[in-house]
Amino acid sequence: MSEENIQETLKDYAVYMKNITKVFPKVVANDNVNFAVKKGEIHALIGENGAGKTTLMNQLYGLYKPTSGEIYVFDKKVDFKGPSDAIKAGIGMVHQHFMLVDNLTVAENVVLGSEPKKGILFDLKFAKKEVKELSERYGLKVDVDAKIEDIPVGMQQRVEIIKTLYRGADILILDEPTAVLTPQETNELFEILRALKNDGKTIIFISHKLKEVLEISDTITVMRLGKVTGTVKTSETNEKELANMMVGRNVVLSIERPPTTLGKSIVKVENIWVKDNRKLDAVKDLSFEIKEGEILGIAGVAGNGQTELAEALSGLRKIESGSYMFNGKEITNLSVREIRELGISHIPEDRQRRGLIPEFPVYFNLILSQHYKEPFANRGFLNFDEIKKYSHSLVKKFDVRPPDIYNLAGNLSGGNQQKVILAREIGSSPKFIIVSQPTRGLDVGAIEYVHKELINLRLNKGAVLLISMELEEILSLSDRILVMYEGRSMGEFENGELTIEEIGLMMAGKRIEEIKVLEKV
Amino acid sequence: MASKSEVTNMRSKWMSFLVPALAVLVSLLIGAIIILAIGQNPIKAYGVMLKGAFGSRVAWADNITKMTSLLLTGLAVGFGFRAGVFNIGAEGQMAMGGIFAMIIGLNLGNVPPVIAIPLTILAGMLGGAFWASIAGWLKAQTGAHEVITTIMLNWIAYHLTNYLVSGPFTVGIGIPKSPEIAKSAQLPPLLTAQASTVPSGIIIAIAAAIVIYILLEKTTLGYEAKAVGFNPYAAEYGGISISKNIVLTMAISGALAGLAGALEVMCVHHRIFGAFTSDRGFDGITIALIGQNNPIGIIFSAFLISSLRAGSNSMQTVGVPDDIIVIVQGIIIFFVAADRIIKTWIIKASKLGKNKSSQTIKGGEEA
Repeated sequence: MSEENIQETLKDYAVYMKNITKVFPKVVANDNVNFAVKKGEIHALIGENGAGKTTLMNQLYGLYKPTSGEIYVFDKKVDFKGPSDAIKAGIGMVHQHFMLVDNLTVAENVVLGSEPKKGILFDLKFAKKEVKELSERYGLKVDVDAKIEDIPVGMQQRVEIIKTLYRGADILILDEPTAVLTPQETNELFEILRALKNDGKTIIFISHKLKEVLEISDTITVMRLGKVTGTVKTSETNEKELANMMVGRNVVLSIERPPTTLGKSIVKVENIWVKDNRKLDAVKDLSFEIKEGEILGIAGVAGNGQTELAEALSGLRKIESGSYMFNGKEITNLSVREIRELGISHIPEDRQRRGLIPEFPVYFNLILSQHYKEPFANRGFLNFDEIKKYSHSLVKKFDVRPPDIYNLAGNLSGGNQQKVILAREIGSSPKFIIVSQPTRGLDVGAIEYVHKELINLRLNKGAVLLISMELEEILSLSDRILVMYEGRSMGEFENGELTIEEIGLMMAGKRIEEIKVLEKV
Repeated sequence: MASKSEVTNMRSKWMSFLVPALAVLVSLLIGAIIILAIGQNPIKAYGVMLKGAFGSRVAWADNITKMTSLLLTGLAVGFGFRAGVFNIGAEGQMAMGGIFAMIIGLNLGNVPPVIAIPLTILAGMLGGAFWASIAGWLKAQTGAHEVITTIMLNWIAYHLTNYLVSGPFTVGIGIPKSPEIAKSAQLPPLLTAQASTVPSGIIIAIAAAIVIYILLEKTTLGYEAKAVGFNPYAAEYGGISISKNIVLTMAISGALAGLAGALEVMCVHHRIFGAFTSDRGFDGITIALIGQNNPIGIIFSAFLISSLRAGSNSMQTVGVPDDIIVIVQGIIIFFVAADRIIKTWIIKASKLGKNKSSQTIKGGEEA
């Protein structure tokens, strides 16, 4: 699709972004990007993190102004001053983090900002009717009277979509919409997207999950390092080709998990209860064991007690009742330091809040949690020679870029921040490691790296508790899998024993026994 | 091997000196405009001010006396900031330091100075540390914010001082005051200039700044304090006890303010009286801010403020009210707190020098 071509047939296109360049201080986020979306198609925009996808879409949505370049929407040149201009032009965006008011109802949220009025009063009845109509038209099942805080994430997302439709969007931008969904919810979303497409809407779908993109889209544009590496028809490409375009080299898509001989059971959790910040039970009566050289995966939709479980096991949160044993010793409610001294380490889910001190240089971050021990400290004084020597070797071994221990951790990219955390937590050769969302927000190359390190640790007889919202990650790494739903275990099984659909049912609250009964029938 | 980030670090160190220095210059300039506006000659006024601060041995003595307590309260607040606590209570902690030093100092008549002096200093530091750790303990246990609790503790200390000097420890007539502490607990002056003396307390204060610098930069205690200050969640995750650290940093911060109170008693008045701290605990906030919470920087900012104060008295003799200095001080704080303004100037100036396109500057502001 050459440029002249597009110019001639501009009226076939819903969006045409021409020669877009966006410069941030020190970074060229978009470098002469051409991006064209045909009317009525589902167009996927894929690329590694930091490839410039979201920046590009934020310019289309009026959040940023391009440094240079032109944007055409429905054959008209536009110059958005802000999102409200974009909305007027018929563009709607569903962000990764929902912008909903928790204690308002679905209907109230949808009309927020352009409320229907009767005289000077808010016309709730009319609002409800409008929302119901929209929801029925596209199969967007929602309960108009429910409060946002009471409905599941999948439904919240549907509310966001209805909101954009209510404001008259003809072009919908969805930023990583499947990140928070179960496989079933993802299928439902895809049904909705197809219904929207049939109604003539144009959809831009940002993602890094290749399988989904291949399933739902008509056209795929791949970005890498701020540039477009290509636009292809979905029917004419495959996963491997897309991965190559994204990373610029061949990628191992599924990691090899060589068989190991399991050692003795080293971690034993029995009937533990943990509360969340609101003092409600978040982990309920959970039990499991992990053997040496074993990866136990915890699958589940975000917010089902996984965060609290990881914090409790690493000593950051109180275990209300139950027992937590390590190496045959009771370690319930020991302090973080005591737990770490036993050889237990932790890769936290929120690397910027928990995992790093952004204002500290890399070498200070690499000794966090060991900073008080020999050889890094001697009688209360830090031994900078040892700290730097150790840091140099870790930075080299874990390939942190730039390989500069004086750099502030906050200046590193997400992937390299994660490498610093990995280096610290795995570099101390732990006997047991609690790993939470180790690849969230990382690009394909970095994910591959993290997975390799975890498999290495397993080969070295480490016990791993892997918590991830990415079912694919759980499936490719775990020996055994436990599914959590509303704080409880829905059951535990060997990897490979159940299908993705069955695991999806468990993630939605079905117990393993019920599924096995279904299987027999 | 000078890596890129080392160069950046050097540049940010240079910046942290340049910003307050420029802030002071700009503030004095604005002060000059105000002096002009009230019909006086700013050059003359500033000349007199300089003379008042450095012009004679008496001026120096006055200046250094003022600097001693300002340096210590500045350190107290600055150390707290580095560890993530906003200690507004240096005023009360200084008072408690003075009270403890006075009570101990009164009873050391028969003890040689070699023992009496360290004991009195220690008593003052303990007094301040005790007072501050109440706020630290309340924060660790209940989450009560230290800004609120230290302000309340300030008032308690203020009234406690008044009660002590007009009740249990009162002496003589006139202004309520405590008796003089024993000779052996008084710190001998470093130099004597007519009626004024340069207190030897300044040496202790500067030593304290160096100790705090080493504590922050070279020890595990400093590592933990800074970690908690920057990101308590990560510190907790790294096995650092937040509550222990809050109490500890408050105690150290309070000990420094307490030391200011003790030295005031041991070097200057040899006794306490109502409001003997005269707001120097609050000045500590200004000084910490200008010194960028760096112990060495605080030495310079304390000297700057003490010089302005010492000089402002003489300015009145040429018809310029000493309030001008309060204004100048306020403007300095404004520029240091809003350091982006000055940083943008510096970046623009250096970019213009390098003849870079205006495009990048635009980008720089956007970020």
